[in-house]
Amino acid sequence: MNEALLSAQATVLAGQAIGAGLAMIAGIGPGIGEGYAVGKAIETIGRQPEIKGTATSTMFIGCAVAETTGIYGLFVAIMLLFANPFLKFLTGTN
Amino acid sequence: MEFKVNVEGPRRMFYILPEGGGDPVFSISESVVTGWLVIIIVAIVCYILTKDLKKIPETKRQCAAEYIVKTVNNMIEVNMDKESMAYAPYIAAVFAYIIVGTLISMVGFRSITADISVTGGLAAMTFVLITYTKIKFNGLGGYLKQFINPLNIISEVATPVAMALRLFGNVAGGMIITLILYVALGSASGALYNAMGIQPLTLGDGSQGYVFNIFQIGIPAVLSVYFDLFSGAIQSYVFIMLTMAYIKMGKE
Repeated sequence: MNEALLSAQATVLAGQAIGAGLAMIAGIGPGIGEGYAVGKAIETIGRQPEIKGTATSTMFIGCAVAETTGIYGLFVAIMLLFANPFLKFLTGTN
Repeated sequence: MEFKVNVEGPRRMFYILPEGGGDPVFSISESVVTGWLVIIIVAIVCYILTKDLKKIPETKRQCAAEYIVKTVNNMIEVNMDKESMAYAPYIAAVFAYIIVGTLISMVGFRSITADISVTGGLAAMTFVLITYTKIKFNGLGGYLKQFINPLNIISEVATPVAMALRLFGNVAGGMIITLILYVALGSASGALYNAMGIQPLTLGDGSQGYVFNIFQIGIPAVLSVYFDLFSGAIQSYVFIMLTMAYIKMGKE
């Protein structure tokens, strides 16, 4: 393996690691959104304790849907970290 | 101290190699084999629970079976309507498959839902069911009419993709986090042994390490309770709830 290819590989790996970190910024949004949803659900349960079951299950559904964008970010990060999608473009250079 | 995390996809369990070597032409993955096991478990549980039913329940088995069926029927009645009872077997079957397939990681297998092919297949099944319901209740013309607005094509495609990725992302993310913590705890206990002056042994694969890592006992189980048990159960519940919600939306 020559030196140029090695440094190119290092660049790609560094870019993947940075990209995976940046992709996980997507975790901020669902965190805020789910916290808001849970807070509202607790307010509702405090006001009407008799609908606790319905409120809890609806809250979990809402949380799971709100989580989707964060899961997309996680998926991109996992792809970058463990699947190495960009390294295969380098193999033509040697 | 070496810090190595190997996250691998499902292994190939059975495969046919082409003549003259090379990559396998046909392979059956670990997820499929574990999926067969899940189907056998669900079938055996169903057989045991529904053996010699009586009109008035006498055994605990029949009470449990009736409770499960009643819970699913009640869920459909609350979330959809009384005319949708025909969907109950599908919903219950998907729920049983997902929850047993996810919780099977508690006994050492790889969760089948940590494979995007499995969740993609389940989401595709649900997508077919939703589309069928839409065409049945609105007619083919009514179904195609919504695509006058091209943005609806994206939302139509996003439904199964989001369902598949949500289930996969939660289970696989939990698995990876547990694995990373496990490796980190092994590394930490190695550092502790190093500080105490205990020499590492040469392990079976030739690397230096310790056989008995003190921090790896018990601590990963706490994360496992959340990521395997709680998250897995919630996500399978969410999957069928969304299935019901989308079918109900398709009826309007």
